[in-house]
Amino acid sequence: MSVKKEFFKGFYKENPVFRLALGLCPALAVSNSVQNAVGMGVAATFVLLCSNSIVSLIRSGVPKKIRIPIYIVVIATFVTIVDLVMAGFAPSLHKALGIFVPLIVVNCVILGRAEAFAGKNSVFYSFLDGLGMGIGFTLALTVVSVVRELFGDGKLWGIPIFGAGFEPVLLLILPPGAFLTLGLFLAFFNWLETRRVN
Amino acid sequence: MDFNQLIIISISAIFINNFVLARFLGICPYIGVSKNMDSALGMGMAVVFVMTLASSVTWLINQYILKPSPSNIFFLIFATEQPPDLTFLKTISFILVIASLVQFVEMVVQKASPTLYRSLGIYLPLITTNCAILGVALLNLDENYNFIESIIHGFAAGLGFTIALILMAGIRERLDLAPIPKALKGIPIAFLMAGLMSIAFLGFSGLKIR
Repeated sequence: MSVKKEFFKGFYKENPVFRLALGLCPALAVSNSVQNAVGMGVAATFVLLCSNSIVSLIRSGVPKKIRIPIYIVVIATFVTIVDLVMAGFAPSLHKALGIFVPLIVVNCVILGRAEAFAGKNSVFYSFLDGLGMGIGFTLALTVVSVVRELFGDGKLWGIPIFGAGFEPVLLLILPPGAFLTLGLFLAFFNWLETRRVN
Repeated sequence: MDFNQLIIISISAIFINNFVLARFLGICPYIGVSKNMDSALGMGMAVVFVMTLASSVTWLINQYILKPSPSNIFFLIFATEQPPDLTFLKTISFILVIASLVQFVEMVVQKASPTLYRSLGIYLPLITTNCAILGVALLNLDENYNFIESIIHGFAAGLGFTIALILMAGIRERLDLAPIPKALKGIPIAFLMAGLMSIAFLGFSGLKIR
């Protein structure tokens, strides 16, 4: 187990969204603008970091049978912290993300990492795993949202990129655009993977 | 009790703001359990059942335990000067209540009707982490629905989810036989289909109901 490997695996090799197909609900819902996507990514990364560390700390004292409810309570605690902090310091982002801030609690990436990694490994590696996976999740959200905002709205981070003559592809900003963009990205990464294997 | 209001809530939850295709809630089971018609139907029924139950229970919890209102249970017992505001606990309490509710329903169904358990049983544990269930509870709060409206909203949202799931299962059963590029097989093609269905459901957003 190497430090570098545990940290970087979330970026591409085990990217939660593109490779493992986890956390798809927020990936679809908040990728309509880059600001929302990055905000969501940072919030989820914070929760993932903290929950991974705490789960790893308490792993020897947690009875096997009730580990899932315990993990959920740990995650929900940090989600509540994020929810309150975001409502206080970034109210416009909090409003834009809506119910998807409390819904971080049921994001399968976070419970999945707690169950598959943090419950079995030391605090240091769990911290690294959480950070790497969180950054991978943020990257995936950002990539999807760049495509959607750039072509669906003609903007990037709220700043107009194309001239006034640009006719935005409105469909990409609407719900169908989320499904189509993410579907094509998943296909692209599948294709890359089969090419690499051959 | 305004009957029209209830109809508007259900139509909008089923078609206009379909949970899967417009609000992006419950994508994991939507992609995961839509491989054949029987399991889609079983999952859909389980979701309708748990969603209706969860909306009523979480509404009661919010009204009598969390909300700072004169009917708050802590206010009545301890007779403090002001009703306590516990709404910041909603995420934790709702997810715990939903998790235990699902467990409880599973046990009751197993005892009461073994045949129903055989068709629903395996889907029930999956439902705890289905974001649509927590989502419907939180939306009920955001929209300030009363008790009856919450139950109707939960039921209709579950129905909308089931419709989307069954349509998808029908398409995917055919897709298995169709020649599609290797990279698109599985989840990517399911997403593209969902995108096309979402375009169709977008047509409902022009619907004006009063």
